Amino acid sequence: MIGTAGAWGKLYGGPVVRDLLEVYTTVVRAVPELVLILLLYYAGTDLVNRTLEAFGYPPVDISGLVAGIAVLGVVQGAYSTEVIRGAIRAIPQGQIEAARAYGMAPGLLLRRITLPAMLPYAIPGLANLWLIATKDTALLAVVGFNELTLATRQAAGATKAYFTFFVAAGALYLLLTLFSNVIIARVERWARRGMPHVGGAG
Amino acid sequence: MPAEAIHVEDLHKKFGALHVLKGVSLSARDGEVVAIIGGSGSGKSTLLRCINCLENPTSGIIRVNGEQIRLKPDGHGDMVPADRRQIERIRSRLGMVFQSFNLWSHMTLIENVIEVPVHVLGVARAEAIATGEALLERVGLAEKRDVYPAFLSGGQQQRGAIARALAVEPRVMLFDEPTSALDPELVGEVLKVIADLAGEGRTMVLVTHEMKFAREVASHVVYLHQGLVEEEGRPEDLFGAPKSDRLQQFLRTVG
Repeated sequence: MIGTAGAWGKLYGGPVVRDLLEVYTTVVRAVPELVLILLLYYAGTDLVNRTLEAFGYPPVDISGLVAGIAVLGVVQGAYSTEVIRGAIRAIPQGQIEAARAYGMAPGLLLRRITLPAMLPYAIPGLANLWLIATKDTALLAVVGFNELTLATRQAAGATKAYFTFFVAAGALYLLLTLFSNVIIARVERWARRGMPHVGGAG
Repeated sequence: MPAEAIHVEDLHKKFGALHVLKGVSLSARDGEVVAIIGGSGSGKSTLLRCINCLENPTSGIIRVNGEQIRLKPDGHGDMVPADRRQIERIRSRLGMVFQSFNLWSHMTLIENVIEVPVHVLGVARAEAIATGEALLERVGLAEKRDVYPAFLSGGQQQRGAIARALAVEPRVMLFDEPTSALDPELVGEVLKVIADLAGEGRTMVLVTHEMKFAREVASHVVYLHQGLVEEEGRPEDLFGAPKSDRLQQFLRTVG
């Protein structure tokens, strides 16, 4: 969602929107994710609470889960902005032009033509991002979010059965990836329905 | 005299320093088939694309069915449509056919044909499908209804694109070199469809390289040279007895 909005803004937005998005994608992609997680979690919580206080509300305790989802969303949004921007660029321009020539309003054109037409070009990139994101959750351990890797370490530490637990964790990550791959392959086959097969019968 | 479907007056178009159209006027009355001919770079495609503002003119007046397109400066020297709804409404009734077909690749042929009626014009889906099937039948593609464009030949794609244009019940059809991207053996099937449409009294503006075809189907021919109308008139006059040296030379080179 962030990626689509970001790509749209970068390609069709005004100069201010474009510059802001450029700052967003550059900064987020330049700063290590671990640093961003710490920054957004601690600074972000602080900022939210100060804003709430300024409006006279009591401070809230933001859970690691919410913060983690928000941080990964912001980071993935920056990368997917670029993936989707590239995919939109890859659509044959004539198809966009035909839609304009038949009087499609910008919103309709995005929904009916641009998004479905860019999907086949975006899916490999987005699938990569998703698989990276599943593993990035391990980084959220630093803000106390009890995800798979942290839980494994604790369990292994408590029982001293390091090998068993880490192999099990690895297997779980692998399962998640394999399951994702099945779904992605389905989505990709659907998205590429109008495209001739490459590399022989498919 | 029939009403004017397309009226272009003193149209200028600059691409940076390049002055492509230098004050062109064009008129197409209901039922007329106007063919625009000219050499490469003469501005004929640009002229056609300015009629529905796919290309923003630098200056000039454009009227479609008597309604003038409201334009405003875009701040970079060109004019852009001032009223988005007006230009979308006008565009939705101009059936445009492109050189490279431009069918939507993620939709089957029938989906391509009903897309604009259903989503822009608000026609009921069942009705649009019935009309669309009849149109595909007309262009000889009834059995290809559920095929995606990438699996069709160029000639079939272009006939599909013509069905898509017909589906909006166009007041005027705009053809931008509809056969230029086709293999020679596929040109005939597309020209035949266009000739049939011309024969039933549809209003068309046609940019083409097919001189023989222009001569057969056009009721009025415009010869553009370096961004100006060099000569225009009835096809038998223009092709039979060209007056200007440039047109004589052009006709000699194209055959």
